[in-house]
Amino acid sequence: MTDLHPSHSGAYTSAELMVVAAARALAGVRTVFVGVGQPNLACNLARYTVAPGLELIYESGVYGARPARQPLSIGDPTLVTGATSVVSMADLFGLYLQGGLVDVALLGGAQIDRYGNLNTTVIGTYTDPKVRLPGSGGACEIAINASRIYIIMHLKKRAFVEKLDFLTSPGHLHGGTTAQQLGIPGKGPQLVITDKALFDFANAEREMQLVSLYPGLTIEAILAEMGWKVRVAQSLTETPAPTVDELAIVRRLSSGGTSQRVGEA
Amino acid sequence: MVDKRLSLKEAIAEYVQDDLSVAIEGFTAFICFAAGHEIIRQRRRNLTLIRMTPDVIYDQMVAAGVARTLVFSYLGNPGVGPLHCLRRAIEKGIPRPLEIEEYSHYGMVGRYFAGASHLPFFPLRSYLGSEMPRVNEQIKMVQSPYGDDVVAVVPPLNPDVAIIHAQRADRQGNTHLWGLLGAQKEVAFASRKVIVVVEEIVDESIIRSDPNRTLIPGLIVDAVVQVPYGAHPSYVQGYYDRDNAFYLQWDELSRDPERVGAWLDEWVYGLADHAAYMCKLGAETVGRIRPGAAPAARIEYGAYR
Repeated sequence: MTDLHPSHSGAYTSAELMVVAAARALAGVRTVFVGVGQPNLACNLARYTVAPGLELIYESGVYGARPARQPLSIGDPTLVTGATSVVSMADLFGLYLQGGLVDVALLGGAQIDRYGNLNTTVIGTYTDPKVRLPGSGGACEIAINASRIYIIMHLKKRAFVEKLDFLTSPGHLHGGTTAQQLGIPGKGPQLVITDKALFDFANAEREMQLVSLYPGLTIEAILAEMGWKVRVAQSLTETPAPTVDELAIVRRLSSGGTSQRVGEA
Repeated sequence: MVDKRLSLKEAIAEYVQDDLSVAIEGFTAFICFAAGHEIIRQRRRNLTLIRMTPDVIYDQMVAAGVARTLVFSYLGNPGVGPLHCLRRAIEKGIPRPLEIEEYSHYGMVGRYFAGASHLPFFPLRSYLGSEMPRVNEQIKMVQSPYGDDVVAVVPPLNPDVAIIHAQRADRQGNTHLWGLLGAQKEVAFASRKVIVVVEEIVDESIIRSDPNRTLIPGLIVDAVVQVPYGAHPSYVQGYYDRDNAFYLQWDELSRDPERVGAWLDEWVYGLADHAAYMCKLGAETVGRIRPGAAPAARIEYGAYR
């Protein structure tokens, strides 16, 4: 099965629309905490399009990165050269993250549940793991302290589960105001960006709900990839296909292009 | 002034004995692979290995059988995928079972800070709602003595030995480091013994010309070792880039324990030291990881007489 979707702006892949959708959601955002791969592409695309003033923060201690190449990891030296500031991790987590200066953080995981809680620790049990995953890294404190969380994950039944094998990073916990009651300062997950659809948590229960379908996909196709019967928002929309400009920038970035602004060249 | 220069072989023999806890820190950058390899070569056993991100170096050390326990916060080959040797040790006990003690990044940073500054714990806003405190009873929740706030606390960590890689130091161990600062300063101050490994040993006047860049003072340093390219295949800002081809190659070969054994024989046990490793690696690799120039603007400290 090919993953190329035709549109009036040219054929695109669902992975490309995923990056574009994440970038669009960063409109107007001032600071974003970035991971590698698709989150990094999305943040750089946002800087060229909807959020020209967006500053990138990496847990490695970099604020205001200006990567001259696609970083290979969140500790890539290209993130250091030309950055606004490079600080110790104590300062990054204490003064920037816990200090409330991160508007949006992009997170992912091996498993997510209906309240946006994430598992990056283990499949199976902790003491007898079937698959040992990387663990928290900074994700647990990022999930708790960033003002808002966007989650980027591929939509798959084994990832969108009724019950996590392990809760590494809290989302809305048991729903409603349970996270706030526990003293979590951030507003938690706001958006889940997948390769097939977008979800938000805009209801009193803070439960994941389908808000936007990628072109050509049905609700049934989404439900088939989820471990529970997901809510569907009353105002379900179709995600607009990438524009010619968005596609061109994503492709330039993913082929190792620079972070120079469009028009600056 | 004491001249603390040693060879890496001497420094490891002197300060890294069996059963000790060792922290080779450096977040993606400044990872002292040369020291890890020397520890393998000297066949240390039952070490407690401490690192926020175990990376390929601890994957190699655990595969070589030097470790009993791993204290960490992120178990991955950065930007590449899983660490296969560590997964085999944790999931299947190969080559031997590995005890783990797990935190988040900020939890590890806080443990180093509490250890360095002789505090009984470090408070942080993390772990709320997470299952991590359930599987690690060292992570606790306390109520603020000044109000209703509940915060997490982690205990101090004082490794027996810290090994820090940096750009340059003088003979007393006053160390300049720039780039990703990670938790190198905190872990150095927290540890009972500190080995500094540098690309260059410079005159004290170079260090004194830019005191804001001195991350680690010689006051806490026990040995200074010069090992050019000692962080390969990780990187040193301004000196060389990460050798990502190696990280990708390790992802492939480390899936097979026999190939890991053969790699250790060829690249660690079969070589006398890191100079022999670099010689074997060859000029082509060195050329490939050389960065372009991007100097900082000159700054003026002023003379006040």
